[in-house]
Amino acid sequence: MRLWRWVLALAALLAHRRSSGSGGGPHDGRIVPEATPSPRAEVVVAILLLIAAAFAAGFVAAYGLLGAQRLPNELLGVCLGLSLLFVAAAFVVVAKRLVVTEELEEEYPVEHPEEQEAVARIVRESGSGFTRRRMLVGAGGLAAGALGLAAITPAVSLGPIWDTGPLDESPWRRGRRLVDENDKPMLASDIEPDTFYTAFPEGADKEFIGSSVVVVRLSPSSLRLPPGRRGWAPYGIVAYSKICTHAGCAIALYRKPLFPQVEPRPELVCPCHYSTFDPATGAAVTYGPAGRPLPQLPLMVDAAGYLRAAGNFSERVGPGWWNVRRPPTFVRTPS
Amino acid sequence: MSRPARTITLTLLLAVAAVGVASAQPRYGIVRPTTEPPEPSVTLGAELYAANCSTCHGIAGAGIRRPRPGAGDLMGEGPPLRGVGALRADFYLRMGFMPLANPHEQPTRQRPELTDKEIRSLVVYVASLGPGPAIPHPNVRWSGDRLVGAGSLAYGLKLFTDHCAGCHQIVGRGGFVTGARVPPLQGLTPTEIAEAVRTGPYLMPRFTSRQITDRQLDSIIKYVLSTRAPVNHGGWGIGNLGPIPEGMVVWWIVVPLLIGLCTLVARRMRHP
Repeated sequence: MRLWRWVLALAALLAHRRSSGSGGGPHDGRIVPEATPSPRAEVVVAILLLIAAAFAAGFVAAYGLLGAQRLPNELLGVCLGLSLLFVAAAFVVVAKRLVVTEELEEEYPVEHPEEQEAVARIVRESGSGFTRRRMLVGAGGLAAGALGLAAITPAVSLGPIWDTGPLDESPWRRGRRLVDENDKPMLASDIEPDTFYTAFPEGADKEFIGSSVVVVRLSPSSLRLPPGRRGWAPYGIVAYSKICTHAGCAIALYRKPLFPQVEPRPELVCPCHYSTFDPATGAAVTYGPAGRPLPQLPLMVDAAGYLRAAGNFSERVGPGWWNVRRPPTFVRTPS
Repeated sequence: MSRPARTITLTLLLAVAAVGVASAQPRYGIVRPTTEPPEPSVTLGAELYAANCSTCHGIAGAGIRRPRPGAGDLMGEGPPLRGVGALRADFYLRMGFMPLANPHEQPTRQRPELTDKEIRSLVVYVASLGPGPAIPHPNVRWSGDRLVGAGSLAYGLKLFTDHCAGCHQIVGRGGFVTGARVPPLQGLTPTEIAEAVRTGPYLMPRFTSRQITDRQLDSIIKYVLSTRAPVNHGGWGIGNLGPIPEGMVVWWIVVPLLIGLCTLVARRMRHP
């Protein structure tokens, strides 16, 4: 603010000097000459601001109407971008056509009481290029309000206005078979040690956040699963959600030692931020930013030897949010 | 000389002598039989194994699970070799991973100290210890500077992205994972790539032919070989290391240039 005062003071001094230099006194007792009103420019500004407001409203509408299914990222980006662009265009017109500008050509030497008075007068008299102030303030307020609304719109995703139920949905149920990416059911005997597999629930959408699991086979004697998970790992085969509990990347790395005596023990790693989980201890976090273990899927093997889920995940799937430690509900299954 | 002074002098002398002996010891190298047969043989393999490998891998590939002092002041400790087959033996020896100076180190690629004949002999010997996979024969090879054989480059890129790029980086330049260095893949032969995929050396997972078929492996090999000279659309590849060096170029080179340009334009406008 202090800087702004200095700029005004300089402008005042300049105006004063110019007017005194030209020999004539201040126009009708004014320092700043009366700006020529330009109603057309004002209308243009108002229209630009209204368009900006319309695009910002479009952002809100797109988020509210289409976001529930799949967030229309491109549409949101275009709306917000065009809205800001039109606000900028309005500012350009205001600056070029409506606001009296003075250019600084010399340094301001010392402070003087008369010049302070002149500054105050300049502030009073400038900006008189506006003739329909109320219309412009209204349009500006509308654009600012719509943009502000657009900025806070994503907060509705946090609930409870919006249905966040889909986040809790899981396609896993007791008895559902595990299939690979080609929908081939997985036999327990197919799961070999020293490597890892990605599995999905049979007949469910693979893109669904709660669908994909990573399956590894460990030696049953090395398992140290949390209490209450007895029988969740037939033949040492364990399954965990493939979605990292930190930021929701896919657990795409399995660090598997060839000789566990001297090499680091087997661990599941997320390639995004190196969150590392120990599959032998219920995917407890051993390194990295993840705040909680990967949700474990209880497994069982049916009479034909196929791997099946023995229930639902031990915890909620997906990256952290503040209610994530609530016990999972999983009452619904996606259609 | 008083008694404590004598003790100290003696200790110092002994320490100096010990250092001298330690530095005079030959570098840990390959121990060879006095006369080697002209052709690779199981017998030569067994002799080389007993002299160079058994400290860590035990008698006849039984493995040593609890550290045990062995030759060359090594605390021997290593996995059993029964059933690893010619595949893993060939891979570990051709890559220069073995013999390993310290069992707790990650084996890194270097020029093998064993000759080709010795490697063949050891591979035959290790394969004879128990039934195991044979050396793979991928259908991709170089013909001049062109890749020929089975497999599709585009499919290879897709498979590489799915299975390998998480650690090895999309252009196979390697990097780091928690607890290990990830080697770059340039300069590997098709056979070595196939062996690595089927072995899963050090911390890498092993990929069986159920997960990656031999046909798919050909495509992956084709892609990996192509990363020796990647096609850099747009010109400068910046080492093909990905977004971090590219960001550095943007922030340290392009942004200063743009700022300079803006300053120049502004100056010209002020003093036309």
